[in-house]
Amino acid sequence: MLKTRIMPTLLYRGSGLVKGVGFDAWRTVGAALQAVRVYNLRQVDELVFLDIDATREGRAPDYGLIDDLADDCFMPLTVGGGIRSVEHVKRLLEVGADKVSIGSAAIEVEGLVANVADRFGAQCVVASVDVRSTPEGWRVARRSGTCPTDLCPIEWSRRLEAEGAGEILLTSVERDGTMQGYDVELCRAVSDAVGIPVIASGGAGCTDHVRAVLREGNASAAAMASVFHFTELTPLEIKAELRGDGFPMRSSSLW
Amino acid sequence: MNVGVIRYGAGNIDSVVRALEVCGATPLVIDDAALLDTVGAIVLPGVGAFGHGMAALRERGFIEALQSEVLGNEIPFLGICLGMQLLATRGEEGPERWHDGLGWIEGDVSRLPADERVPHVGWNEVYPADTDGGDALMRGIDPGRDFYFVHSYRVVPDDAAAWAASTPYGAPFCSAVVREHIWGVQFHPEKSQSAGFEVLKNFLEAAC
Repeated sequence: MLKTRIMPTLLYRGSGLVKGVGFDAWRTVGAALQAVRVYNLRQVDELVFLDIDATREGRAPDYGLIDDLADDCFMPLTVGGGIRSVEHVKRLLEVGADKVSIGSAAIEVEGLVANVADRFGAQCVVASVDVRSTPEGWRVARRSGTCPTDLCPIEWSRRLEAEGAGEILLTSVERDGTMQGYDVELCRAVSDAVGIPVIASGGAGCTDHVRAVLREGNASAAAMASVFHFTELTPLEIKAELRGDGFPMRSSSLW
Repeated sequence: MNVGVIRYGAGNIDSVVRALEVCGATPLVIDDAALLDTVGAIVLPGVGAFGHGMAALRERGFIEALQSEVLGNEIPFLGICLGMQLLATRGEEGPERWHDGLGWIEGDVSRLPADERVPHVGWNEVYPADTDGGDALMRGIDPGRDFYFVHSYRVVPDDAAAWAASTPYGAPFCSAVVREHIWGVQFHPEKSQSAGFEVLKNFLEAAC
């Protein structure tokens, strides 16, 4: 049986890792290489590494940095931030990324998701969908949540799937960093609308939140950051608890 | 041992190289088909589209070189993910669009059935076909050990004897193939931490 993944997210800015609230109010939380090494020792299921300034600053991905991180990462690594071309993806895969996360450029660069999927396969394209609640309902935001669009996340996720995305990384901007729980309704709406796995992101503060988004939100995986940066909880503790509830969790020599 | 890792523009080579190093091998990245006869074992990694993968091997002259080394000189071979799929007779890409593969394992590569979410991404169980340890690659791997998968297509061998392992996803699919000194794995041993290293070490041992 396919196991439910618990995925730490690392947000990179300038020279280190940060974590904010609502895609804002960033705090420094450590060094990237050290964090990757710790998560590797802890045998986490998968890592998400996002360079949150690259797109806004018009930078390409930092291949040297990813090369260094990947050398210590014997688990799957998804890399995002600044990816705007097939060439960017090719170079990231060459230095050790297993999947790429494409968000703003999926909206702004016509055909990018389709071209990357054609060339490297749908399985390496994680389409990142950042969502804000508006009076008109859920709307997709781009550029690290700063630029609103009129895209409905359900329709947009369906389109991304049709273009060749292999997974959706679905983040609630309002819940991000609050540790008040995922937007379970949003996750269920998107997850039920697509046939590809949806990774829930934004809001995890405890195991109950993760359980809710998996059970009621129909997420295939749960990504989280603050809960690992600011509480004592570890990925393994969350997994042990969920395993007790009957969720399929990866066997580990650390149990 | 020198292990050649073939680079043909189909994805993440670095992780395979690093994992082989950790397992005690001396990996050599091979861009030039003429250098393939300098290694004691060959690993063909790769992700992505079947047709593109075969075309990329052909363009770089790897098909003849692989046939000569792996079939002719019996150099041990391990295909990973797309590298496993390319072993098959032919591969599907979109409805009724087929490309010829290396043809070392008789069978087709086709899309996973849509009764589960596709792509199949994440950690899933691997059940070695030969539980007596007869197959060198999967020796010592407990049935049901979790490995990392990320793929939309899978090999369907014609001959049941080619199955080295199976994985349940809806119906069980073939997650590893074997034919004498030729192996292929659908999962990523280089991303499966300790379980993956055991498989890679088994391969290196079999290649000695």
